[in-house]
Amino acid sequence: MTIGETVSDVALTDLSRWNDRVLEDRVHRTLYTDPAVFEEEIVKVFGGQSWVYLAHESQLPKPHSYLSVRMGQRPLLLTRDRNGALHGIFNRCSHRGATICRDEAGVAKSFQCPYHGWTFRNTGELVGAPWPEGYGMDFDKSQFGLRKVNRIETYRGFIFGTLNEGAPSVPDWLGPATTWLDYWIDRAPNGEVFVRSAAYRMGYRGNWKLAYDNAGDGYHPSFSHRSLLEMASRMGESKDMSYFGRTPDDGPMRSYSLGNGHSVIDQRSAHEGGFWVNQRPQPGRERFEEEIRATYPERADELLDLCVGAQINLSIFPNLLIIGNQIQVIEPLAVNRTQLTWHATSIGGVPEEVNTVRMRTQEDFPAFGEPDDQANFEEVQRGLDVVEEEWILMNRGLGTGWQSAAEDGVVSTAVTDELHMRSYYAEWIKRMDGAQA
Amino acid sequence: MSTSSIPAQYADTSSFSYHVDAAFYDRLDHYRDSFGEDWPSPEAATLAQATAFLVREARLVDEGRFNDWLDLFTDDCLYWVPVTSGGGEPRTEVSHAFDDRRRLTDRVYWLRTGLAYSQIPASRTVRIVGNVEVLEDAGGDTLVRSNFIISEFRAGVTKTYSGWYGHVLTRDGDGWKIRLKQANLLDSEQYHENLTIVF
Repeated sequence: MTIGETVSDVALTDLSRWNDRVLEDRVHRTLYTDPAVFEEEIVKVFGGQSWVYLAHESQLPKPHSYLSVRMGQRPLLLTRDRNGALHGIFNRCSHRGATICRDEAGVAKSFQCPYHGWTFRNTGELVGAPWPEGYGMDFDKSQFGLRKVNRIETYRGFIFGTLNEGAPSVPDWLGPATTWLDYWIDRAPNGEVFVRSAAYRMGYRGNWKLAYDNAGDGYHPSFSHRSLLEMASRMGESKDMSYFGRTPDDGPMRSYSLGNGHSVIDQRSAHEGGFWVNQRPQPGRERFEEEIRATYPERADELLDLCVGAQINLSIFPNLLIIGNQIQVIEPLAVNRTQLTWHATSIGGVPEEVNTVRMRTQEDFPAFGEPDDQANFEEVQRGLDVVEEEWILMNRGLGTGWQSAAEDGVVSTAVTDELHMRSYYAEWIKRMDGAQA
Repeated sequence: MSTSSIPAQYADTSSFSYHVDAAFYDRLDHYRDSFGEDWPSPEAATLAQATAFLVREARLVDEGRFNDWLDLFTDDCLYWVPVTSGGGEPRTEVSHAFDDRRRLTDRVYWLRTGLAYSQIPASRTVRIVGNVEVLEDAGGDTLVRSNFIISEFRAGVTKTYSGWYGHVLTRDGDGWKIRLKQANLLDSEQYHENLTIVF
């Protein structure tokens, strides 16, 4: 039987205008190539209808901190007011549209538009416009504040925003994903995770969904990452990720579809003997291990494991990917261009040298793994220019009986199942069709 | 830690990294500070020798002779491409490359596996190194500061990178070996596609 014979004509979601482009087992190429689709999803899926990840609270460390981010393509300032409360104000002057702030981050109680001098509080209210008499006697400043994001909510340091008043609360929307986020956060002894490193801002010439497709994909590592696996065997030991090549369909690793487009790959079971011993070696590893074992004999194994990734890939739809210890943000720039911003994380409750080795670990995959993935994303985008070949398959695992559903709705399956794609496309359709809740 | 005091079982720094300790990071602080200072005019002969060294190193990289390039480095070397241009704080920040001898050996091995899809096809590069300055460091090493412009062609796309190098060179017979090569991209913390060339 060829792959072509396994595909069906069943729509993933009935009664949708995407019925002819998203089927149960495949998705149409235009969802990756059509600028009109992009123009719509960048508004709806990235904030108009859906929650989107914006930043981590540690990036706004004190009262009056601000951070420049994007909500889809909308320039947005996240601010803390004097009481520390978070606000999302669009970086767009209410007068003639110029951005009012051009710095990436800082501390400011107010922002003055460099174009005509309108000045706004960091909570969005208009403080004043130069020579207001030009607007007549009835100029009402309260009518000309900056547009704000309707809803900004956090979950344990992760800041999300949406313009959808009808969206569920963030914990409800995360649903079973909170369990995995909790695991990731609570690896830190006091639950304190922070972003303080400069970020990798990687980019590729391909659609943003290629990154989301890949983050939950346990099928690709033994091929896409062959160079990394080959490099890792230079010294005769096979290390982190080589386990993907061993009976991946029926191995101990699992993938979970968590609802609302979220999914996770759990690689922990493949790390027999602990995370540290399975990690490709970092600069300073041998001396560091010796010192940690000598200085902290009781918690040495714990501290060493904290230098290494959490061994889960958690995907929060549409733009937050937790990979190892890194917070990765998908930032679509165009239908065929995407920025992937990688924020390395540090943790509290450990000796500082643990965080230093944690930095060295977090340099490994971005250097020797991710570039090969992104090269493949770009080559997918190029391949999709064959307009006559219309479909991208996501049928792996379909009809195998691999999947089992739990009471909370979470579906468990093999890591090589493409269930994560089928699941998030159901959510994508929902948002594109304008669902409120 | 100096390489002479590494325990015997860890002496091969292409396989072990015992020497990258707190003192190693402290030394980077010293170099970062020194690279940021104004330097007196060097002797013409030293300047000419340093310039010739940088040009030769640039040619090895541009010609893809990575094993020869690796041979230029000391056992306790660091090839460093910080995300925060100038160095930032490597104890709390990640770098594009923070390669001790082991990881640098890995990098060369990785480039030569023929399986790194980000380098299939391989990048073609050509670079200009200029504005060379030289300072004799108190410890006997030679610090070299220079500017670079690199043009890269790969998979139909030509890109330009610019920035400055900080080299720490240590005497090796009549010549030098590289103890530190720090490549500071003008836009290191900004958007980059496929940042897999050697800088």
